[in-house]
Amino acid sequence: MSTASPASPASGPVNAPQPAFPTEDSGASRRRLPGDLAVWFFILAELLAFAVFFLSYAFARARDVALFNASQLTLDLNAGAINTLLLVTSSWFVVRAIQAVKRDDKAGGVRWLAAAMLGGFGFLVVKVFEYAAKFDAGITLSTNTFYMFYISLTFFHFMHVILGLVILGVLLANTWRGAYGRDAYHVLESGGAYWHMVDLLWIILFPLVYVMR
Amino acid sequence: MQYKSQAVATPYFIAAIGLFAGQILFGIVLGLQYVLGDFLFPAIPFNIARMVHTNLLIVWLLFGFMGAAYYMIPEESETELFSPKLAIALFWIFLVAGALTIVGYLAVPYATLAQLTGNDLLATMGREFLEQPLPTKLGIVVVALAFLFNITMTVLKGRKTSISIVMLLGLWGLAVFFLFSFYNPANIVLDKFFWWWVVHLWVEGVWELILGAMLSFVLIKVTGVDREVIEKWLYVIVTMTLISGIIGTGHHFYWIGAPEYWQWWGSIFSALEPIPFFALTVFAFNMVNRRRREHPNKAAVLWALGTGVMSFLGAGVWGFLHTLAPVNYYTHGTQITAAHGHMAFYGAYVMVVLTMISYAMPILRGRAANSNKAQVLEMWSFWLMTVAMVFITLFLTAAGILQVWLQRVSESPLPFMVAQDQISLFYWLREGSGVVFLIGLLCYIASFFVRGEEKTA
Repeated sequence: MSTASPASPASGPVNAPQPAFPTEDSGASRRRLPGDLAVWFFILAELLAFAVFFLSYAFARARDVALFNASQLTLDLNAGAINTLLLVTSSWFVVRAIQAVKRDDKAGGVRWLAAAMLGGFGFLVVKVFEYAAKFDAGITLSTNTFYMFYISLTFFHFMHVILGLVILGVLLANTWRGAYGRDAYHVLESGGAYWHMVDLLWIILFPLVYVMR
Repeated sequence: MQYKSQAVATPYFIAAIGLFAGQILFGIVLGLQYVLGDFLFPAIPFNIARMVHTNLLIVWLLFGFMGAAYYMIPEESETELFSPKLAIALFWIFLVAGALTIVGYLAVPYATLAQLTGNDLLATMGREFLEQPLPTKLGIVVVALAFLFNITMTVLKGRKTSISIVMLLGLWGLAVFFLFSFYNPANIVLDKFFWWWVVHLWVEGVWELILGAMLSFVLIKVTGVDREVIEKWLYVIVTMTLISGIIGTGHHFYWIGAPEYWQWWGSIFSALEPIPFFALTVFAFNMVNRRRREHPNKAAVLWALGTGVMSFLGAGVWGFLHTLAPVNYYTHGTQITAAHGHMAFYGAYVMVVLTMISYAMPILRGRAANSNKAQVLEMWSFWLMTVAMVFITLFLTAAGILQVWLQRVSESPLPFMVAQDQISLFYWLREGSGVVFLIGLLCYIASFFVRGEEKTA
């Protein structure tokens, strides 16, 4: 994210003397915040909520490392790894979609967004299989503290993937209608930023809950 | 005043202040009953006085919210109110129903009142803050729906602003969540869930939206800062309120028989609840610092800043104090809760309604602002009430810490009533602060009658 200060919503793009990021619109010598500031506030709020959750996880784990390690072994690492791949790739597809729209390549934008959504759906499918296996094994929020965190964290994230997909769906429909283009990609960037957040959260969540011992 | 129909707000504001005075008088009685247990007994027993104190608070805040909506919405929508007549009719219905309810509380034993009002048909009585008899509850629903109809129609026919949409969202939420008060399951765990879905989702959910919308409206008017800037802040506040407040309901589920994971969910999400209030504080000060005009109504600006600070302290800081499950294990239901309740209600909701009244009443009375003399008295009332409330909160917090220690932590825990005797000094101090608060309120009321050179619109 750029360094535009989130503390003052009125401040427009922040003037910065150094060269801009090498993006398509680097003709202008000013760094700007991609997407809407309000969306960034939303993203920061979400990140904060998850951060508190991650910290709680760390404290709870420190109190009973053995239980956490033992329960962690029952998680499906392969499913988690596939899902990481799916989300990261999907995020890259969104970047390609925005680049395409910035070139006024509407068809490209639609294609890349559809691909990104496919990645998101793939994530949900894998996750549903994973949940089904766990619930079949009789695991619930009340089984132990580790599973409480595992289910809560992944479920809150799951809901964010769904919200992200709804947002991508709207963006796809709008791109299809030709609402975005070389001079109008503000909304697209806002939605893209949100999808990257969903991705980022998973990149922290996966090692923390599935891998780290 | 820009639109004639905004005038319907006047009786709502006057009734609000009148009921506010009643609430404080009962508060004084209650405070005394803490130390002189049989004061006014059997005419007004403690439980009745407490019920009147809390119910009057809710009713006068509702009058304040409705008055605020009637004042704000036409101006935001740039059109006259859909039906001023309906607004006036609803005012009288609500006032009479409210008054009858209070008379009922005071005149007959609560059980008799329940019998008289058909509680055996649909049992809804007996839950804290929702003690109203069935006819009153139904009345509240009818008044709320007709009020919402009136306001919504006004917004629909006029300009739609973020402020009026957030206000509508808050008011509709208020009405919808009140419906849970009609469902009284026999299972006491379920009962608590439904009860909190009214109480919590009101004060830590939709009421915060109303608060944000009201404060934003006044800040636009008194600072002249661009609407877009104010709306951005409003979005932030609304978002944080909903992210933290909805699952934050879990901080009421710790010890009611709900699964243990609520201790985590409740702690984590409610720990974020101070953030929207902090944003509110920064918002208020930031906007006033960046003001593009000097509004002649200094008192209203003071109330607006006060709301920002006191809501953060009362709701944010004092809420956080006992919101984490391991802390709440000890503090649950002690005077710590009372301390939080007092400052949160005052700082957030009392002050925002007084902000709105302070801004709107002079205009409704045909001037931009009151005379300097009247404003000085009003500012005195601000400081008297606010400082008194700070002390009430501090004394109750001290009482609460002692209570937790004596009754729950020490090697040889004391029984409840013995512990109460031990902390009576703090109750006396609290009562003293309460009297100062009453003096502040009397100054506030007096400020409406102070003449002097008025500032024209």
